[in-house]
Amino acid sequence: MSVILVSAVSAISAGSAFSVVAAQAPRVLRWAGDPEGGAPFVEADPSRLDRLVGFDVEIAGLLASRIGRTPEFVNIRFESIDQSVARGDADIGMSGIEDTPARRTALAVTSPYYEFREVISVRDGDASRFRSLADLRDKRVGTLGGTIAYEILLRAEREHGLHAVSYEDDVHPYSDLVIGRLDAVLLDNVLAERRHRAMRGFTIQPETVAIGHYVGVLSASNALLRDSFDDILRTAMRDGTLERIFRTWGVWNEDQPKLYARVLAGEPIPPVVGFDTSGSVATMSRWEAARQYLPSLLRASVVTIVLSCLAMGLAVVVGVLIATGRVYGGRIARLALVGYVELIRGTPILLQLFVLYYGLAAAIRLPAFVAALLGLALNYAAYESEIYRSALEAIPVGQLEAARTLGLSERQVLTLVRAPQAFRLALAPMTNDFVAMLKDSSLVSVLTVLELTKQTQIFATNLGSWVIPGTLCAALYLAMSLPLAALARRMERQWRVTPS
Amino acid sequence: MAGDAVVIDAADLVMRVDGLQLQRGPRAILQGVSVDVRRGEMIAVMGPSGSGKTTILRAIAGLERFQSGSISVDGVALTGGGASSDTLRALRRKVGMVFQFHCLFEHLTALDNVCLAPVHAHRVPADAAKRRAMELLAAFGVDHRAGALPCQLSGGEAQRVAIARALAVDPPVLLMDEPTASLDPERRAELGALLNGLRRQGRTLLISTHDEDFAQEFATCIVRLRDGVIVPDARSA
Repeated sequence: MSVILVSAVSAISAGSAFSVVAAQAPRVLRWAGDPEGGAPFVEADPSRLDRLVGFDVEIAGLLASRIGRTPEFVNIRFESIDQSVARGDADIGMSGIEDTPARRTALAVTSPYYEFREVISVRDGDASRFRSLADLRDKRVGTLGGTIAYEILLRAEREHGLHAVSYEDDVHPYSDLVIGRLDAVLLDNVLAERRHRAMRGFTIQPETVAIGHYVGVLSASNALLRDSFDDILRTAMRDGTLERIFRTWGVWNEDQPKLYARVLAGEPIPPVVGFDTSGSVATMSRWEAARQYLPSLLRASVVTIVLSCLAMGLAVVVGVLIATGRVYGGRIARLALVGYVELIRGTPILLQLFVLYYGLAAAIRLPAFVAALLGLALNYAAYESEIYRSALEAIPVGQLEAARTLGLSERQVLTLVRAPQAFRLALAPMTNDFVAMLKDSSLVSVLTVLELTKQTQIFATNLGSWVIPGTLCAALYLAMSLPLAALARRMERQWRVTPS
Repeated sequence: MAGDAVVIDAADLVMRVDGLQLQRGPRAILQGVSVDVRRGEMIAVMGPSGSGKTTILRAIAGLERFQSGSISVDGVALTGGGASSDTLRALRRKVGMVFQFHCLFEHLTALDNVCLAPVHAHRVPADAAKRRAMELLAAFGVDHRAGALPCQLSGGEAQRVAIARALAVDPPVLLMDEPTASLDPERRAELGALLNGLRRQGRTLLISTHDEDFAQEFATCIVRLRDGVIVPDARSA
């Protein structure tokens, strides 16, 4: 196994360094990939984590060396590789990237260098009854978002009545399949076989749902470089270099010589076989695509607003309890609540969501929406509690003593005197947090909840552009947040203590 | 000194403070203070800042825990070391308190400030509480401000609303902390007349004040404190 020493640099620093590097020899070939769960494509070498290994790493090294450059890795999230390459963060993207009509429209795409099959995986016990997508009516089928497999599942939702579930990585679909959150997974045979080697409990069905190809992607203005790479790839197909690389990674099979023969014969290779992509948004006008995606964006907006409202409601209730406990509770209760607040504030919300959904799955298997709701609510409750605590403590002691001398119980002092005044103080920051939650709710897409931002990302990936999807998404967020802000201003005016 | 013809039964003791000792950390605030107050009296507690006059009022109102001695108000007794919630609840039917800065509830109108305790602490029906509150506000000349928020009231108006609030559950004893501190001479005279009116109704008043003239003019007797101790022979009638 050959290993290429890489220095992972951020997209931004790579972009700014390029003009300097480009002017000097030897030049580098910046190639983008996502090492997260990326074997056999791209992953950190388990024995030396500062090195990357994988067949895409080796192919990138091959392309770089044949044009006299040094490969330099740029770490980009899988779903952002197209956009990063288009804006010049990297010269080429290679990370198990599928050939699609959208990519062919928006980018310069290399010759396909590997053929894969979309295959269905099911739990061992279901192997005899779930053989095809048509058998999966009303069942939950997961895959990696922004892939051909996801498009196939969306089509199957309409045709076969199954439920498509989008993941941001290719590992959790299989773990969720095994523990019962999913009934099937549709993904590349390369990914399925790799997971199958590491995990028991599921069966890969022999039928092929569709055939696709891995390619490298370059910006549309880089077509000349792409042509050079195509020459190098064809040579590598001819002289067995690619075969050697794929054999090293255990993914060589009889499909590849057939693909290479067709590529070398100059045959046009369709992006996908077995799945009609003529309806792909990439082949439509931008406005037609927007019209077609608008209903799904609106549905995703409903998920966003419902999730945010429920999570904020719960966050307020829990926040009030924490704040009350911190102001009125005993020493141990106060210490425990301070610990909770600091733990939540001191750790990233993404980590909390992962722990809640995946980390606790062995003990409690929360549905994705419930985990998202709880994750957001428990996180925001910590921040809300600090607002309420400071608001409660801002009420002058004289007010509380006056209430006590009137014969009100401590509970009545809180509910009739202290809390109503504190609520007015807390209203503005609370509203601010509600608007922030509308946007933070986009983080729950990591738990497979398809909310507005994730749906927009899928739209943009399929369209090959962010302009229209981004504009529509922003308009929908504003349509939700502006009325909220107006309502909050009205409530503040209505309950303002000082005279207007 | 007030020379109004107030008929008081000498045996009609409404409040007794006996040997009150109150310490905050290492500092002794009250050192064995004893005062007997008869129904219908208006006692002015005077003394320099830090002498303990406000603390006596707060202790009688159940806001300060004291170490030893006792306080008895119209049959409700507090002893050193803290009082039970039942005792405090009973005490607060006997004692109303008006704070120096009034401490009206900022989110409630003047009327709601007055109605709050009768309705929620003493289960008076809302209609009856509202009627009584309007009578009190009218008696103190601020009924036209019933719908105003505290921040919309003048200092004098706020004080009258605070007195109405303290009297809403008809306590026999009214405590007032520095009632003349922020009043101009005209309002001060009005307040004196108002308090005399309350005294004539048989209400007992205990006020802490720096205002010698006000005390001389309206109080039935003056108690002088220095460093938490009653100055000998200072109680005068």
